[in-house]
Amino acid sequence: MSDKDLKAMTADIETPSFETTAFTTPPPLAEATVAIVTTSSLHHPDQDDFAPADTGYRVLDGSRRDYVTGHWSPNFDAVGFAYDMNTVFPLDRLDELAEQGVIGKVADQHLAYAGNQFELSAIRMDSGPAGGRWLKEQGVDVVLLTPV
Amino acid sequence: MSTLAHVFEAEGLATIALGSMRNQIEHTAPPRGLFCDFPLGRPLGVPGDSEFQHGVLAAAFALLGAPEPVFAQYPISIEDDASEIVACTLPPRHDPDAHPAVDEARGLRNAYDRGVELTGNRGGTGRVVDADGIPSAIEAFIRVAEGTPWKEAGIPGIPARVSQDIRGYYETAALAMVDHAPSAWAGTRWFLDETETGKAILAARDAMRDSGEKHGLWFYLTPGDR
Repeated sequence: MSDKDLKAMTADIETPSFETTAFTTPPPLAEATVAIVTTSSLHHPDQDDFAPADTGYRVLDGSRRDYVTGHWSPNFDAVGFAYDMNTVFPLDRLDELAEQGVIGKVADQHLAYAGNQFELSAIRMDSGPAGGRWLKEQGVDVVLLTPV
Repeated sequence: MSTLAHVFEAEGLATIALGSMRNQIEHTAPPRGLFCDFPLGRPLGVPGDSEFQHGVLAAAFALLGAPEPVFAQYPISIEDDASEIVACTLPPRHDPDAHPAVDEARGLRNAYDRGVELTGNRGGTGRVVDADGIPSAIEAFIRVAEGTPWKEAGIPGIPARVSQDIRGYYETAALAMVDHAPSAWAGTRWFLDETETGKAILAARDAMRDSGEKHGLWFYLTPGDR
């Protein structure tokens, strides 16, 4: 078993393409509010676990550290995240960058989706735009997207 | 994930997408994409290495200066050579009347509890089976391996999810028995290749496949290349 074999096995999975690419120019990073959005199905223990083909999102409280992965795929190394959450969800690193003034502010809340999706229309048309609008309402300027 | 980058950007957010699968991030072409050739599950590269993680973040945030959509590759790759297995001592036989896998899981309970104390329970044991229920969940998979149809074996949930909880139990126990961040997949290889429970899960998977169960029911019991 190896990472190379798993990547080869999943290389042919169809991925969406976009005819046009939306592009937003951010404010200077030192003035920007940055959030993490991860597709690793993270949630807090007191939130609902992700169901198979769950197209919704969970709001992650940046003041907590009790994140659990609810990803359904067995095809990723889970020990890296178990050892150090920053391997997937680099919140401590963002806090350090904010303290250094590299980024303006770390958002108070972040989002998690489930990345193991084969039918993406609901995310493209519904929960994705809803999550984006919610982040905008929180004053977020820049989103760092992390997978597993 | 790159899909969300497109969607968010249309909502007025600037995004940077990290990706570990080159073909996927290239094809979906997020507005700002950074391909990091790291093992699956480790988008920031190296657990416990803040300097390395800051290097990845610096490369990611540097893309915000691009005036148009941009794709870049992080200059450092991390390759899994499929050789490392965590060196964890397995408990000696304690209950001769118990199946070796069940005895083993019971013997690892203290290590699991220490692992939770050290790192939290991020591995997710408890999504459908908590630590107390792991031995009986293993017994159910043993029954499947011995020929009982999975629906009659007493698996306490969707088989793949139960299997994930069992794997999480073992990998959390392993973290308590090593003094460093294991290389990618080193914990999973240990679980599947070295432990009695890993062998039982693999045998149950084979039995479900051979009895004609739906592909999705047995395939996701382990990583797909097994």
